[in-house]
Amino acid sequence: MTDTHSLEVRGVTLGYADRTVVEDLDLALAPGRITCIVGANACGKSTVLRSMARLLKPRGGQVVLDGHDLHALPTKQVARTLGLLPQSPVAPEGIVVADLVARGRHPHQGALARWTREDDKAVAEALELTGTAEIAERSVDELSGGQRQRVWIAMVLAQQTDLLLLDEPTTFLDVAHQVEVLDLLTDLNRARGTTIAMVLHDLNLAARYADRLVALRAGRLHAAGDPADVLTADVVRDVFGMESQVVPDPVSGRPIVLPIGRHHVRPAVVSGTAAGVSAASAAGS
Amino acid sequence: MTALAPEIHHLTGHDVARARRERRRRRALVTGVLGVLVVVVYAASLMVGQTFYGPDEVWAVLRGETVPGASFTVGELRLPRASMAVLTGAAFGLAGVTFQTMLRNPLASPDVIGISSGASAAAVVALVVLELSSTATSVVAILAALATALMIYALAFKDGVVGSRLILIGIGVAAMLDSVVAYVIVRAAQWDLQVAMRWLTGSLNNATWDQVAPLAIAVVVAAPVLLSQARALELLQHGDDSAASLGVPVERTRLLCICTAVVLIAFATAASGPIAFVAFLAGPIAARVVGPGGSLMVPAALVGALLVLTADLAGQFAFDARYPVGVITGVLGAPYLVYLLVRTHRSGGSL
Repeated sequence: MTDTHSLEVRGVTLGYADRTVVEDLDLALAPGRITCIVGANACGKSTVLRSMARLLKPRGGQVVLDGHDLHALPTKQVARTLGLLPQSPVAPEGIVVADLVARGRHPHQGALARWTREDDKAVAEALELTGTAEIAERSVDELSGGQRQRVWIAMVLAQQTDLLLLDEPTTFLDVAHQVEVLDLLTDLNRARGTTIAMVLHDLNLAARYADRLVALRAGRLHAAGDPADVLTADVVRDVFGMESQVVPDPVSGRPIVLPIGRHHVRPAVVSGTAAGVSAASAAGS
Repeated sequence: MTALAPEIHHLTGHDVARARRERRRRRALVTGVLGVLVVVVYAASLMVGQTFYGPDEVWAVLRGETVPGASFTVGELRLPRASMAVLTGAAFGLAGVTFQTMLRNPLASPDVIGISSGASAAAVVALVVLELSSTATSVVAILAALATALMIYALAFKDGVVGSRLILIGIGVAAMLDSVVAYVIVRAAQWDLQVAMRWLTGSLNNATWDQVAPLAIAVVVAAPVLLSQARALELLQHGDDSAASLGVPVERTRLLCICTAVVLIAFATAASGPIAFVAFLAGPIAARVVGPGGSLMVPAALVGALLVLTADLAGQFAFDARYPVGVITGVLGAPYLVYLLVRTHRSGGSL
């Protein structure tokens, strides 16, 4: 797992039935880094992620994995390089954690599957990394939301891919579990050099955990780069249609977005939104 | 439960691997027991009847020796009947669990969503109205079952297929096709209760080697195809996206499984009629018996065979009158169907 893989979309147009969702998008994942994709509802974030995971064939353009057209590569070969955690996977009724995690080994097994010691090792490692070893013999049904999400992550870890795509891995989790999952992914990125791309709803968590932030607007790339450069009040206004102040987060030093709605806003702020913009550029410097 | 209780912390990879092997061994053991039970009941159904024949006499008949009385009763009556029970049970069980796993819903078995009814309606028209041979009937039944599956799929399709919509449409289609069966039987010139019962609920009466042979070939060809898809099918349970990202060619797997399962249903239905609820019951029973986490195909096939064998024996000898096998399995299946509907309703699901 020392060689780094590259995944990029080149001028792709994506859509479902008669609806075009994403148009002429170029995006390359930074190898060995964490990329977060943000944007308003229905801007095409998940659609882009699905096309990068080979689940949606582009109408135009190409998704390129290590220089090859992703959609021309064999399914199993792709699955050994590229893992995906979809938004809401379903655990079969009654399945035990260890068995679910073991299913991540599928791409590594031949037609006449023999479970090998290497498979055992990969599963044990995945359980260890995600802190799910002690619940390995429990049924997935009886776990909490946070535990369950860790188990799913363990399954994609057992797949041992160098690239990992996650579609909103923190939805339905409380704030502590959201942070826990993102910390876990960061551990993984640092320990194994796994390239990670994920769609996140929470702008502030995205800004905190991303090495590279990608903002989509109506199916097009609006801004991409270092979170400090990308996350400004102007970008938030363009992408979400919302006024905000962006200030440096005292905890991480990364930018943090403070929304300005119609209520509970101090009069001084309404007249001085420009101050917010300058605060954001201060955070960026 | 396994030996490792949840409160033991710091399980090592070694423990996890050992527990895994333990679970596999248990599953294999339970599957083996099911297999033995099938053999035992099969043997019993060769021996018991109006006249009892001991194991040595049955064995002699099986070896091809001529035993007065037994050669006819066992060789020509009981043997094809019991073989048909095993084959139809296995075919219904295998096809049923395939559909249930693929559509992630125990209600989605081919006998609930109308595929068996399609095969049955076509078979009854072919046999009673057109007076085709049994081979031609099988072919007609297969085509009709495939067409029914396609029709249900097309009717349920709207931005993809949702399980509950497919099931509701399937139940409607099943009711329609069942009324075709009833209509043909009522209008048939030679009104025959046996024939009627066979196409309404399924029956093994008058099973002959001519009927067993095509079914046996279908099972021998189709079962390995489905078994080869067992692992891919398990992964499909997580949802299409997750399965695809684990290297499963989703569309190809689904198409192959649907076609193969429909072929099994059609051949079995052409041979015995739509034995009520076997496809529906076999999978869930197998799941309770062997436990979660692995493929249910082999256990479900064995449970199906066991169900039909036992129900047929019970139908013949347990009551004062002789009932066709489908009546007995229907009595078992109907309450379970109600239970499932009540449970899904209570848990807030639309189905």
